[in-house]
Amino acid sequence: MKPTSITLSFFAVLAAAILLASPGWCAQPGASNPNAFNRLLKPTKYNLPPAEDGYHDPAAEDVRELQAPAQAFQNLPKSASGNKVDWVKAVDEKKVTPVWDRGDPAAQAMPMDLDIVFEVKGSTPDVVYPHRQHTLILDCTSCHPDIFVPQKGANQISMAQIMAGQKCGVCHGSVAFPIEECRRCHTNKKTVASKKGSAARSSKP
Amino acid sequence: MSQFFGITIPQKFALAGMLFLAMMFGRVEFAAAEFGDIVINNYSDGVGMRPVIFPHWFHRVRFACKVCHTDLGFAMKAGGNQLDMAKILEGQFCGACHDGTTAWATDRCALCHSGQAGMPSQVNKNKDPKLTAAAPAPAKK
Repeated sequence: MKPTSITLSFFAVLAAAILLASPGWCAQPGASNPNAFNRLLKPTKYNLPPAEDGYHDPAAEDVRELQAPAQAFQNLPKSASGNKVDWVKAVDEKKVTPVWDRGDPAAQAMPMDLDIVFEVKGSTPDVVYPHRQHTLILDCTSCHPDIFVPQKGANQISMAQIMAGQKCGVCHGSVAFPIEECRRCHTNKKTVASKKGSAARSSKP
Repeated sequence: MSQFFGITIPQKFALAGMLFLAMMFGRVEFAAAEFGDIVINNYSDGVGMRPVIFPHWFHRVRFACKVCHTDLGFAMKAGGNQLDMAKILEGQFCGACHDGTTAWATDRCALCHSGQAGMPSQVNKNKDPKLTAAAPAPAKK
């Protein structure tokens, strides 16, 4: 890269930063009303056709042949985040019937119905991890032993790790429902919140 | 050094220009690729192809995660498979289904290679772009 282009690109970035920082210049939704709702949220569109999603190249020859997510999702149960589809419900209600084995169309998953309770600090509801929903679509080796040690108490999981894409975060947040949906994992409400930080637990030991 | 954060210099000026125009003339519309879409750009940019955009949602309607992530050996990491066309033509990875029978074959280049040039391999998490835009592209191998 030549020094001139470094200088030019520096000024381009600087100009962009100044524009971003000055609300008068950019016509954000909250620009006219300082007390607008969702002041810090960006206008987000979802389930866009590939040619309009900003990642596909609209000039690619066949991009308009690709299916739009909204069309595929029209009969699937809705959810609040991610693809805006409740995939667990979709599988349970047989709205989608994912093939389990490429070589054998009749092969069915053998779900393992085993819940694991992770006790959580403070008054946040405990996590109940259901093996059943996961083994309907995944193999044991997808998670064990590389991501989770298959032993009780051997996995110390934090939300920081999940946000960094480790542990649950390998899938949750990138493909499976993201961490915005707290209560889909943190399901086991504690009965009494104690001042010492650990609450009385409604979960069975 | 013709590459900088994975985009070439003319592309960078074009991006800066588009950003400027967007902010001057309207509310900024951020790219909102579908949640879970994967950009695969191990070698595409280097050979003048558009990067691949893999739609997770389309495939999970049809296949259990296990089919690709266990049986076909896809690592659960964007850009983690070092995919190239030689492997696909031999029937590995995408080539297991994209053979003209289960799914379109490799003659339909642009159906997969349909992404905008210069994007690094990544998974779209549908986050506020301001939080993720500063993340540098992984080093070219």
